[in-house]
This record gives sequence, structure tokens and C-alpha cells, in this order.
Amino acid sequence: MSEFFQWLAGVPPLVQVPIVLVAFAVLIAAILAFVEIATKGGRVFAVVRFAAAVLVPVAILLVLGLYNSVMWVAALAAVLGAVLFFLDRRSRSGAGSLLQLSGFLAPAMLLLAMGLIYPTVRTAVSAFMANDGSGFVGLGNFLWVFTSPDGLTALLNTLVWVLVAPVVSTIIGLAYAVFIDKSRGEKFFKLLVFMPMAISFVGASIIFKFFYDIRQGEQIGVLNAIITAFGATPVDWLGLEPWNTLFLVVILIWTQAGFAMVILSAAIKGVPAEQFEAASLDGASPWQRFANVTLPGIRSTVIVVLTTISIASLKVFDIVSSMTGGRSDTTVLAFEMVRQFQLGARTGYSSALAVILFILVLPIIIYNVRQHKKQRGVR
Amino acid sequence: MTKAKRGLKFAPVISVAAIGLLLAGCSGGADPNDPNASGGGEAQVGQADGVVDIYGPVTGIEAELLEESWAKWSEENGIKIRYTGDKNFESQIGIKVQGGDTPDLAVFPQPGLLQATVAQGKVQQLPEAVQSQLQSNWSEDWQNYGKVDGVQYGVPLMASVKGYIWYSPKQFEQWGLSVPETWDEMTTLGTEISKQTNEPAWCAGFASGEASGWPGTDWIEDAVLRQSGTEAYDKWVSGDLEFTSPEITSAFDSVGKILLDPEQVNAGYGDVKSINATAFGDVGTAVAKGTCPLTHQASFLEGYVLDSKNADGEKATVAPDGDVWAFVAPPAKADDPVSVVGGGEFVAAFSNDEDTAKVQEYLASADWANSRVGLGGVISANSGLDPKNASSDLLRSAVELLQDPNTTFRFDGSDLMPKSVGSDSFWKGLVDWIDGKPTKEVLENIQSGYDS
Amino acid sequence: MSTVSESSRRLLAATEKTSGKLRKATTSRAATIAAFIIAAVWTIPTFGLFVSSFRQADDIKTSGWWTALSNPSFTLDNYAQAFASGDSLPLSKAFLNSLVITIPAAIVPILVASLAAYAFAWINFKGRNTLFVLVFALQIVPIQMALVPLLQLFSDGVKIGGLYILPGLGVNGLDGAYAKVWIAHTIFALPLAIFMLHNFISEIPDEVIEAARVDGAGHGKIFSKIVLPLSMPAIASFGIFQFLWVWNDLLVATVFTSGGGLPITKALQDLSGTYGQSWELLTAGAFISMIIPLAVFFALQRFFVRGLLAGATKG
Repeated sequence: MSEFFQWLAGVPPLVQVPIVLVAFAVLIAAILAFVEIATKGGRVFAVVRFAAAVLVPVAILLVLGLYNSVMWVAALAAVLGAVLFFLDRRSRSGAGSLLQLSGFLAPAMLLLAMGLIYPTVRTAVSAFMANDGSGFVGLGNFLWVFTSPDGLTALLNTLVWVLVAPVVSTIIGLAYAVFIDKSRGEKFFKLLVFMPMAISFVGASIIFKFFYDIRQGEQIGVLNAIITAFGATPVDWLGLEPWNTLFLVVILIWTQAGFAMVILSAAIKGVPAEQFEAASLDGASPWQRFANVTLPGIRSTVIVVLTTISIASLKVFDIVSSMTGGRSDTTVLAFEMVRQFQLGARTGYSSALAVILFILVLPIIIYNVRQHKKQRGVR
Repeated sequence: MTKAKRGLKFAPVISVAAIGLLLAGCSGGADPNDPNASGGGEAQVGQADGVVDIYGPVTGIEAELLEESWAKWSEENGIKIRYTGDKNFESQIGIKVQGGDTPDLAVFPQPGLLQATVAQGKVQQLPEAVQSQLQSNWSEDWQNYGKVDGVQYGVPLMASVKGYIWYSPKQFEQWGLSVPETWDEMTTLGTEISKQTNEPAWCAGFASGEASGWPGTDWIEDAVLRQSGTEAYDKWVSGDLEFTSPEITSAFDSVGKILLDPEQVNAGYGDVKSINATAFGDVGTAVAKGTCPLTHQASFLEGYVLDSKNADGEKATVAPDGDVWAFVAPPAKADDPVSVVGGGEFVAAFSNDEDTAKVQEYLASADWANSRVGLGGVISANSGLDPKNASSDLLRSAVELLQDPNTTFRFDGSDLMPKSVGSDSFWKGLVDWIDGKPTKEVLENIQSGYDS
Repeated sequence: MSTVSESSRRLLAATEKTSGKLRKATTSRAATIAAFIIAAVWTIPTFGLFVSSFRQADDIKTSGWWTALSNPSFTLDNYAQAFASGDSLPLSKAFLNSLVITIPAAIVPILVASLAAYAFAWINFKGRNTLFVLVFALQIVPIQMALVPLLQLFSDGVKIGGLYILPGLGVNGLDGAYAKVWIAHTIFALPLAIFMLHNFISEIPDEVIEAARVDGAGHGKIFSKIVLPLSMPAIASFGIFQFLWVWNDLLVATVFTSGGGLPITKALQDLSGTYGQSWELLTAGAFISMIIPLAVFFALQRFFVRGLLAGATKG
């Protein structure tokens, strides 16, 4: 694999894209073909399966570039292959083939284990260690979060973010998606609300600078220009505790409503047209149609959108970092986590904050699982 | 789901978790025999392949000038220098070093950061040739800033002089004022200006993202060095003199007479708190325009002023008789020696191949200093630097100040303190201070940065 | 449902269409007004940025952007300067790099995630819910926490004793090596992608899958011939966002690539110089970098069509 990527690096950039995509497509096609024959009966398929069970581990080890110790690899591959073949035979009689399952799940799970699970385990361990990693401190780091002003403010502000941003952006996105559905110029209308998502973060932070800016004399911030036009004195919006957090939440809502709108609009289009017709025939008002047909039809998507934006609000970092740098009690968990780690070099505190983020997502998970089960029940 | 054998039920979960745990257990520490992992030893790191990667915090136009400064040398010596600038260098270098993806050379904007990086064990000691180049071109003080525990790792590169007070010579003339001789005169200068204009005289901008508050540290350092002297300053920087001590408290108080007084600040922007909302670079525009008669900032503010327009809508000039000029913040007593606080960059190596050493040696030389300074915008403390090469009147005077043996020079204190103080609690403390927190509480908070 | 009642319903529908239209008109007026208001509120900030990108540096910093509307003095300097800047990383090269990074980093995770989502939705296996919850929960892992370990894996690999289980990629310092960014983006996108695609894929009606199974199709065929085509709206909408996130990412790119391989977000950031905030260049740059995401948005719109699943639903 390393050889492949090293070779690829020498190829002109734009040529790399088709090459890597074709290589990837071949890999996926191979997996699917393999999965397809995994449960087929008959001698020919059994032979193919046996060959595959041996060849696949060898191929994987070769791809990883481990051919410098041939004997080792051969032995390992043989053992792996035998285990796979045996497991496959055993499970084929059951609910599903293990080979099939691993064909579908292994790529994603390997990547996740490597890139996310392993760091999470590491973080969880260092949450209980001293800041310089020198020793075990028990719950000391968590105690710090709940007793220091920074930690507490971060926690409270994060709660504000996660309570306000998802609901407001979803409502606006949903309303907009319903209003413009089937209207003339729908694409254009969608583009307008989608645009905030397409603006790079650097651009977005300037935009809001032009909103919240304060100075003497001529204002360049929209808000202060408006209130000074009515004779009021300019306000330092981002320093105005405790409202400043809400002014920052507005920025997230501004970007996430576009996300909600696009996803929900796609879902609305998935609601069968017959159901609308039936509702119209029953003389349902537009609101009734929305409440009785559209909403049930896109319910699960609404939950997905709410969940996704909730998680984005929990993780919010860029907005705080570029707008206020955490001043005037605007800090949030993710920002504080990075600050403690990068500027203060306090891995213990930083990891404890990360673990708290993880705990905060639990209610969202539980809610989703419940909904998921309900749906399965309906089916 | 059928009644499953319990043992098998979580097989997929267990296997995925196991991979994660396996990785957690195995790759934490790199193999000590792995040549790529060892630091500072004799092992060969990097290749003399004619390409040297440099990673640093300098970006944009300044980065282009940097590349221009070594272009000729690079061609003559057949070594290609690939420079990558990164605004987030301070946070990224730690990630790159820990992640094992190090450049050949890195430009550190603070000795404190160099120190922290050396502690991670991948920075190379300075080779002999570079060492001798360094000794012939740099004062002992500057050499020492690149040392960690007595071992030389860093070579100084560029420098900046902090603690300039920027003003408009025309306005001064109009108001009948002259450059102050003492710190107290400087404080009353602001009141005199406000009397004539009915507006505050000073402006300041502390906003700088995560680093918000840093412009204030320069103020405090200037006050400490001038009022309590070099001995107290050195003790303070090394952590032996606490922030809560009378010396530092009085420095805060005298800076507070300007920055916390609504009569004195924040010219052109609003009340005291608006200092936190103002980006440090914006101040240059206000100074050029004349809406802010006085501000305190390092020599680099010149660039901002030159990019702005003056009150008449023309390009602003920086000269003793121009739109804007600057004086060094005056000493506490009129006959005290001139003392300045300054900063600078240091280049250190992660590779020890021949090419890397050659580039580092060149960067330590007077040739490079003259080449870069000649391109404009910066200065260097290299003793072989010809002041004539400086691109402007202000920078020339700054070079002369650095080279003058009578100048008391001290390195920016916050850059030398540990990260948890110098790049965290000190910055944050100043932001809180401007927001109205009592000085005593602020100082205690800053000091507590040492405890963690 | 008998055919008679079905046809009579159709008839009824036809006659009622006129009255339905009438009712629709009154409510849609209120809806249209509301839509206009949202659209206006959402566009004003962007519009302000757009106006600013044509104003001179000094004007931007001293007067509000709306003043330029009544007192126009516009310039193209900002755009010209933005295009001209950057010796080591010209805007055009960065633009190209962004494409090279973004296209695979948007397509690969979607395919990998749809495979996994299919397994979670349509393969019955033990521990399925637990594993799904685990994947779901991984969404919350802050990227900043995962950077160092991942970079270590890429550089040093993993080994037990003297044996590599996973060798390093060996592409450190290679100009034009994008492998690390692709893989990193893929990993960070997976939890959300699996979660969202699973939501869609699991709602494909049982009958559709069952029918294919009866025809003798295995999981491989069902996935590639039925599930993938039917999921196009979901894939397209997630694809848009994955494309956007990668396109606008700076953090992952700066950690996993270097030098000449860096994307447009890096070039934009450099526009403002070491110390400063040259807003005038940043505003122009923001619009330059927006072109491609907007084009992708328009291109993928055609997948948002009504009724892909129509007729296939139960009931």
C-alpha cells in the first residue's frame, strides 16, 4: 500500500484522482462480488470460497507491504484463512454469513478503529492522568472542570448552544423547505439559504465582524449602525454578558439552517405523492397536510437533522475561536479543550473536557436508539 | 433475532473494540531502535537529497520575502529550500513532532516554544559549523535565547523591537507637544491631548483569536523593565518573582493609568472594554488616519500604517516629519539608560543531514541577514548586519538601537515563560483585566498558570 | 382496495383539482412571504461580504458596507491581488490541490459508509445495535483529539515486538502525496455518513428487498443493483455536505499535507499575511473559493427528485 501511495505521489495531481478512484472502485467491486458468492451453494462456489479465504489474507498482507518476511506472512495467512473458512462454514447455516458481514463492515470498522476508537481510548486514559502524564490523579481533572470558572462556564455555555441551535435551525430549515417546495425558482431559493454553508470559515467570520463590530463615530457593524441611527450608544455585542453566547449561536444557526433545509427538502420529496393526493381529497388544509402527511413521512429525517446539528453544537470550536477567543465568558467545552491542550499544555484537563463531551452526547444517543427501536417495531 | 449464544452476541463489537485497544496498547511509544524515532543522538535523520523543508509561522507577503531572501544562495549551492508557512504554527508544530512528521528545519517564534519542543526529544543539537557561525555573528544574549539546558539548539533569525509609541508629528506640533522623557510624562501626555481634543488619546487592540490579550503583555513587560530594572525583570521571567509581587503589581498599576482610564482610551473605538473587541492590526489604520493620537506597539506596526491612508485620503507615510512616527517608550527616570524589550525567531533542526546543516549555517550568517533585511519590513540582531540595508527610517533606527552597546535589551518575557503562563494565563489575565476584573485577582489567576 | 373505488377516486381528484388550487393560492401567499423573509435575512450577510469584496481596503475598515450602495466606489483590485499573491502556493495551484483532495475524500467515505449502513440495516447479526450505537457515538470525538494518534500511525505504523501489523505510509515530505488527507477525511466523515445513510437505507421498503431476494440476488447484488441507485437522493445530499466540509477544511489539510499540496483554504488564510487581517483580500478570496461548492450543489440538485420510491411503498 505504501508503495502504491508513494508511486501515486509522483503522478501529476489531477491524474491521481481517477487512478485512486478506479483502484478504490475495483476494491469495492471485489468485495461485493465476493459477498455475492459467499452464500451460494454448490461445489464450484465452495472451491472459490476456499481459495478466497486463503487468498484474501495473503492479498491484504501483501497490500500492506509485509512481504519482507515471507515465512511469517505465509503462516499467518494460512491460519487466518483457515479460521475464516471455518467460521464461514459454521455461520452459513445461521442467520447470516460472517464473511458477508465482514465484507460490508470491515472497511468502515478498520478505518474507525484506527482513526477514532484508538484516539478515544487514549484520551479516556489520559483524562485520569496528571497534566504532564506523570501519574494517576483519579477524578481530579473532572473536579477541576466542575470547580474552575473556565470549566463551569464552558459547560454551561455548551448546554445553551446545544439547546438553542439545533431546534432553531431545524425549524427554520424545515419551514423554508416546505414553503419553497414545488415553487417556481426552487433551486434558486435553496441556493440562497445554502450559501452560508459554502462560505469558507474565514469568510464567515468577516461577515459577522461586519455585524457585531463596535467603534466610535461611524459604525461599520450593522447592528450598531442601526441602534446608533436611533440615537442609542453603540454596544459591544460580543462582550455583553450573558447574551454574547446567543449572538455566537446565531452564527451557527445561520450556517446549519442550510444543512437542515437541504436534507429535509430531499426527504420531503421522498414522501409518496399518493399520500398528498389522498389528504387533499379528504379536504385537509395545508397545515393538516403538513402535520398529517409531511411530518410523519420525514419524521426520522427530522431526528437525524436534529441529532447532527446537536452534535455540531457540542463540538463547536471555530466560531468561538475566531469571534471572541473565549473572552467575556463565551468559552465552550470544545474550545476550552483545545485551549488547555495547545496553549496550556494540560493534557489531563483537556482530556477530561473531551470525556465530558462524550458523556453529553449520551442522551442524544439514547433518544435515537429509542426512536430507532420504535420504528423497527412499526415495521 | 434468534436466541443467540451469549458469547457470540457481541463478537463484532468486541473485535472492533479490540482493534482499537490493540492500537492503543501497541503504538504509543515508538521503537527505541527505530532510527526515525531517536532524537538528538548520532543517528542519521533526514537525507542530503538537495531538498530542505522549512516550516514556520511566517506567511503571506512576509513568507514570499523570506523565500526571495535565500533564492540566490539556494541556486548557487544547489539546495532547494521548500518553505511552508502556517498561521497556526504554534499549535501545529506540537502535532507534527508528536505525529512523527517533522520538517528538516522549523522557525520558532518564541524561545519558550522551542524549549517545549526540545523536551519532546526530536530537535537536533546545532552542528559545529553552524555553532561557529553563530558565535561570530550574535551577541551572547541572543545565543542564549536559543539554548535549552545549556545546549545550543536554535539560531536567531529576525528580530523586532517592541515598546514603540506611535504618534503623529504633525498633531504634536499642532498641539504644541513634544516627545516625553519619562514614563510619567508619557502618562500625562495623554491627558494633555484629551484636554485639547475632548477625546481619549490612546488606542489599543487586544483581539487576536485564541491569542487575544498578547499586545498587553508587551505593555506590562515595558513597564516592569523600566520601573524595576533588569534584575527584577529576569527574576520575573524565570518565575522567581511572582506576578503578585509589588514590582509586577506596580507595573500593572502604571499601565492601568492609561489602559483602564476611560479618559485615556480607546481613541476611535469606544470605551475601555472595546480594547478587547479591537483587532490589534486595525489600530494601525486609526493611527494613520489620525483618529488615534497614541498607541503602543512593536516595530511591525509600520507595515499596517503604510498600508493605510492618512486623513487626506493619501497613502500614509512613516517618517520623523511624516504622518506617523514613533519613539521608544521612555524610561522611568530621564537619565536612565535606554532599555527595550524585543522578540525574535529561532531556527532549529529536526534533521542532521549535510544539506540541512548548510542551510542552517547560511541562515545564521551576516549574508542572509543583510539579504533579508534589504528586502524590507524586518530587522535582525545579527551583528554583521549593515543598518543601511534597513528599508525605512524606523527600521534603521531600530537596528541601531539593537547594535548600540549602551542599550539594555531584554527578550519578550511572555515568550520565555512556560506555555501555561506566557501563552495562556498571562494573555487571558489581560483580557479579564480590561474587562474590569480587579488587578489583584487577575494577578493571582496569572500566577496560577504556573501550578498546572 | 378495489379497482372501482380506485378509479372513482381518480375522477374525484380531477374534479377537485380546481378548488384545491384555489385554497392553495391563499396559503401559499403567506408561505411565499415567509420564504422571502427567511431568504432575505439569510442572504444579507453574504451580500454584505460580496459588496465588501469590491471595496477598497481603507473603505472596508472605516465605513459600513451599506454606505457603498448609496455612494458607490468599487474596484476589482481585491480580486486581482488575491489571484496574484502567493509565490510558493499560487491560488490556481491551491485550487487544483483542493479538487484533488476533495473529490476522493467525498466519494470514498460515502461508499464505505453505505456498505456499512447496508449491513446495519439489512443484515441481521448479533450485536448489531450495540455496534451501531458505538459508531454513532464516535461522531462526538473531536477531530483535534484524533490528529496526533492518526499522524503517528501514518508515519510510524503499528508494530508488536519487531513485526509490523501496519506499516507507515512512508509518504512524509513527498510533494503531492495526498494519501494521508484522503484517509483522514474518510475516517472523520464515516460516523456521520453511516448514521445518515443508514437512516435512509433502512427505510427502503421491505417489499423491494424481499422481491430481489426471491429473485435469487445475494447481498452483493441487492446492494449494488437496488440499494445504491435508490439511495441516490440521500447520497447526493450527504455528498454535497461532505464535499463542502472537505473543501472548506483547513485543520486536517495542514496537519496531513505540506508544502505544495495544500488546499485553497490555506492559500486564503495566507492572503492576510503574518500579522494581519487584510479583510479586503479575504472577502474576495471567500467568493473565489465558493464557486466550486456552489457548482457541485447545482449539479447534484437533479438527484433531489420526487418519487424515486413512489409506487414501492406499502399501504
